[in-house]
Amino acid sequence: MDWSLLLQLTLNGLIVGALYGVVAMSFVLIYKASQVVNFAQGEFLLVGAWVCWWLLTSWQLPFWAGFLVTLAFMTVFGVVLQVVVLRPLIGEPVISVIMATIGLGIFFQALMKWMFGVFAQPFPPIFTTERVTVLGLEVQSVYLLSLAISVLIMLGFWWFFTFSRHGLAMRATAFDQQVAQSLGVSVPRVFAMAWAISAVVSAVAGVVVGVVNGVSSALSFYGIKVFPAVILGGLDSIVGAVLGGIIVGVLENWAQYLDAEWLHWGNMYAIAPFYALILILLIKPYGLFGTQNIERV
Amino acid sequence: MGEEAPILEAERVSLRFGGVRALTDVSFSVRRGEIFSIIGPNGAGKTSMVNCISGRYRPTEGRIRFEGRDITRLRTNRRAAIGIGRTFQNLALFGHMTVLDNIMVGRHHLLRHGFLTGMLYWFGGAQREEIAHRREVEEIIDFLEIQHVRKAVAGTLPYGLRKRVELARAVALRPKLILLDEPMAGMNLEEKEDMARYILDLNEEWGMTVLMIEHDMGVVMDISHRVMVLDFGKKIAEGAPEAVLADEHVKRAYLGEADEVVSEAPEATEPVAP
Repeated sequence: MDWSLLLQLTLNGLIVGALYGVVAMSFVLIYKASQVVNFAQGEFLLVGAWVCWWLLTSWQLPFWAGFLVTLAFMTVFGVVLQVVVLRPLIGEPVISVIMATIGLGIFFQALMKWMFGVFAQPFPPIFTTERVTVLGLEVQSVYLLSLAISVLIMLGFWWFFTFSRHGLAMRATAFDQQVAQSLGVSVPRVFAMAWAISAVVSAVAGVVVGVVNGVSSALSFYGIKVFPAVILGGLDSIVGAVLGGIIVGVLENWAQYLDAEWLHWGNMYAIAPFYALILILLIKPYGLFGTQNIERV
Repeated sequence: MGEEAPILEAERVSLRFGGVRALTDVSFSVRRGEIFSIIGPNGAGKTSMVNCISGRYRPTEGRIRFEGRDITRLRTNRRAAIGIGRTFQNLALFGHMTVLDNIMVGRHHLLRHGFLTGMLYWFGGAQREEIAHRREVEEIIDFLEIQHVRKAVAGTLPYGLRKRVELARAVALRPKLILLDEPMAGMNLEEKEDMARYILDLNEEWGMTVLMIEHDMGVVMDISHRVMVLDFGKKIAEGAPEAVLADEHVKRAYLGEADEVVSEAPEATEPVAP
């Protein structure tokens, strides 16, 4: 057995998993607040990363400025999407809403290809790439930075939901919209805010991945990887989403190790999380931390 | 109470769900500073009326005015902001939140600081604001005697306490008019007496106008200034408690036949949520 490879892959898994966790968190945020399963989550990363890339390359903005403009743009993007596309769908059957988000996903996927082409584009070099040694393993500094950003976002979420008034209003709305309204919480505003935050956070993840791997339509795969993560953690649990993301990240790297060492089936990396997804749905359909909906007849 | 304009006026309010007439032409007004009770048999439309006032339902016809302003089409959360608070018949606490958080949601519309200014906690005045709010919240907690459970998760509390926490949350809005939907349902005698005292204090010391639905006739007669009786969605009587109780229609519709006065046990009109 190649222990150092296993360790290296585990570390990779943690780093990628933290990013999955961030995206899963923003997915759960939308689901919790507005009960919409957002199949266009991956496209949020894509749009955010392309917009930032475009600002940096075409407009030659310094990274910090481009990044801030991207965040501002994504705020507006999230709100507009909610108000224009999803608000009219309130009260419609779940399947219609799901169709709408799948449609949004396809639309933005195509729009980005049309505007920026089908080839992966590298970000202009922003950080000097160094190799750092952690516990005897070589890690690129950008990976550590991405891990730090993920952790920072998670702490931000925690702060937001625990201490801010909008976080409190959002929790109240997730629990019971009618009651929240009768206490003076504007539910449409909470929905719009959830979409805006989700879009912004996803875009940050998108930019991070873009900086590391270059920007391409592959980014939207993060939106698909989110499903095993949130199903594992429970659709409506933020903590579950983070843990689910990390588990999926580690799992796919371990699967790759297994494949490389013994199985040689190929492509286990991409498929393992979905095997896990099926297993979880069989054993624990509400996930590790999800609300168990017991329906009484 | 004087000749002041009423705080709440309902004018020929009707509510239909398809062919079901929940309310038909109900008009009444609540004076500032009074305790006004709505009574009636199960399914008489009491909760529907309260829902029309709090904004959960829109009346099919008629209008509702609050402090002279037409609020018939106003959004629910705006109504909370202009001073209408409410509790629910089947406890509607945020079960997984602490008592304190539940009450803080009630202060949502009073809090000014948002996401960005909140980040400047120590400099932007957000801290000062939070301290002021916490002081008032503590006052409410003291008043309702729920100090010992303030950090507890609301869903784990016994029923009587949850009712009190829900009242605290509605009071935290600092409403001018508070709507109480069966505040004493399912309580024992002692809890009912406590609740009656809180309602009287809210009315007399905190200056809140109270509109309540209650099945316990003893309590209704004791603390209400005026009573309205609904039956099959129609108003059949309104006035001072004794006068209403003496009314022939009321006896027939609500209290049973002839002069057989029965104090009705609190019953849930809808299945109580588990």
